[in-house]
Amino acid sequence: MKIGKAEVAHIANLSRLEFGDAEMELFTSQLNDILLYMEKLSAVDTASVMPATTQEMARHNAFREDVVAPSLSSEEALRNAPDATGDCIRVPKVVE
Amino acid sequence: MDFTTVIGLEVHAQLLTKSKIFCSCSTTFGASPNSHTCPVCLGMPGVLPVLNKTVVEFAMKMALATNCNINKFSSFARKNYFYPDLPKAYQISQYSEPLAEHGYMDIELDGKMKRIGITRIHIEEDAGKLLHDDHNPFSYVDLNRTGVPLIEIVSEPDMHSAEEAAAYLRALHEILVYLEICDGTMEEGSFRCDANVSIMPVGSQEFGTRAELKNMNSFRNVQRAIEYEVKRQSYLIENGGRVIQETRLWDANAGVSNSMRGKEEAHDYRYFPDPDLLPVIVNDDWIARMRESLPELPAAKRARFIADYEIPAYDAGVLTADKRLSFYYEEVVRLSGKPKQASNWVMGEVLRLLNEDKKDISACAVSPAGLAMLLELIEKGTISGKMAKDVIVEMYVAGAMPDEIIATKGLSQISDESAIIATITDIIAKNPEQLEQFRAGKDKLFGFFVGQAMKATGGKANPALLNDLLKKMLAAN
Repeated sequence: MKIGKAEVAHIANLSRLEFGDAEMELFTSQLNDILLYMEKLSAVDTASVMPATTQEMARHNAFREDVVAPSLSSEEALRNAPDATGDCIRVPKVVE
Repeated sequence: MDFTTVIGLEVHAQLLTKSKIFCSCSTTFGASPNSHTCPVCLGMPGVLPVLNKTVVEFAMKMALATNCNINKFSSFARKNYFYPDLPKAYQISQYSEPLAEHGYMDIELDGKMKRIGITRIHIEEDAGKLLHDDHNPFSYVDLNRTGVPLIEIVSEPDMHSAEEAAAYLRALHEILVYLEICDGTMEEGSFRCDANVSIMPVGSQEFGTRAELKNMNSFRNVQRAIEYEVKRQSYLIENGGRVIQETRLWDANAGVSNSMRGKEEAHDYRYFPDPDLLPVIVNDDWIARMRESLPELPAAKRARFIADYEIPAYDAGVLTADKRLSFYYEEVVRLSGKPKQASNWVMGEVLRLLNEDKKDISACAVSPAGLAMLLELIEKGTISGKMAKDVIVEMYVAGAMPDEIIATKGLSQISDESAIIATITDIIAKNPEQLEQFRAGKDKLFGFFVGQAMKATGGKANPALLNDLLKKMLAAN
């Protein structure tokens, strides 16, 4: 087991998700499968390999200049929002 | 029991770039909600962030101004948390490899210098803004601020009182504004501060449990919130309780802080390297260029004003608190060659007029050339210091030069000896009784004669000359 039900419940809580018992079982088992599969990577000796994010040193400092370009309109920006009023995305209240 | 207070501050400063940190949306404050967004800052699938070079340069400037080491290699990480103001569900920040570390700031408090360590300065993106509905169970999300560049400046726990924390904060703020990399407006959230506060028995080596204070939107509130927290923790410990590690929100209206319990606190950020962004590599040449671009910083400028212009430390502090004010003052000095008088007039009349209008020096209609000319006219005796105070008000209102105002208002001072003698002769003739009493020893009647002479000349008699002549003439007859 790479991950237990308690940790799945903790991550669900952080993610503001609620699951029933059956779902907890299912997701714990699926997450275990995924993590065990990814663990195959540990078999490779990477001692001499740079981390993926740093690559070879030639690849660094990919910058853009500080120039403004047009943004989306607020209508376009809100198009994917499940709920919106006026110019804002509307969500369940997050503080009491 | 006596306690030692231990304070560390985390400051978030919004950088004054034109565009956001990882996309080309505008950073302008106050636009209509969700009008400065794009697929990158909305966190749409498949987009890639590209770092704004100016963000790195601004952060480097602050790092150099606070004596930090700039790391030749730094990288970005994802800080994961779920909150509606964060569309990607992670904030791009720097974690194990920040841009700069190991700096310090020297602050002055009650005439004593103290060094506050700076742990690190890193680059990150701001989150969006939530507006809460007081009457309905909703919050509204505006993502214009999402992706606005920030630097976070983390101090060592080197401060031991609310006053020290406030002094450190003001010093940081002053530098950010001098560097022109942050507008420093606390009310609009472009300069934000969180405080970690704990107490421990005097002499103890081990820090107490700390509370993190948030939501303090002015220097005064930072100081009040820390003072309240120190009292709260002392009371708890003295009454057999213990401090728990928690985040507390300052309520400025009630003057208390409240615990932010529950889910908001269940942080588990699971930082990991951001595979979308390449590392930043900074070479010596780039650092040298940034160092050369630094303006004279407030502390150095203060020291120079005290040494070169021979003005008191307090005056130098006022004149350098705002960079534009310091430029204004130096321009008056350059044009007039009178550093002390310039300091008195800028700190006195100019700032008084501006404060009454709640304006800053950039909106001042009295030009440095105008003030320099005014100082010259006082020295030459064309007008008295008292008259000059009226003239500067006219200059401030009309934006005119002092010579124009003096000409149109007929204000110029009477320094012609014969004219003043004629006036005094006339007054003496009209007031024989007072003259007799004065000569009999009633000295305070001198003021009466001064008053009569000023009245007769419409306040234009050169005061020094009038005094001299009156003394002679009252005694001589």
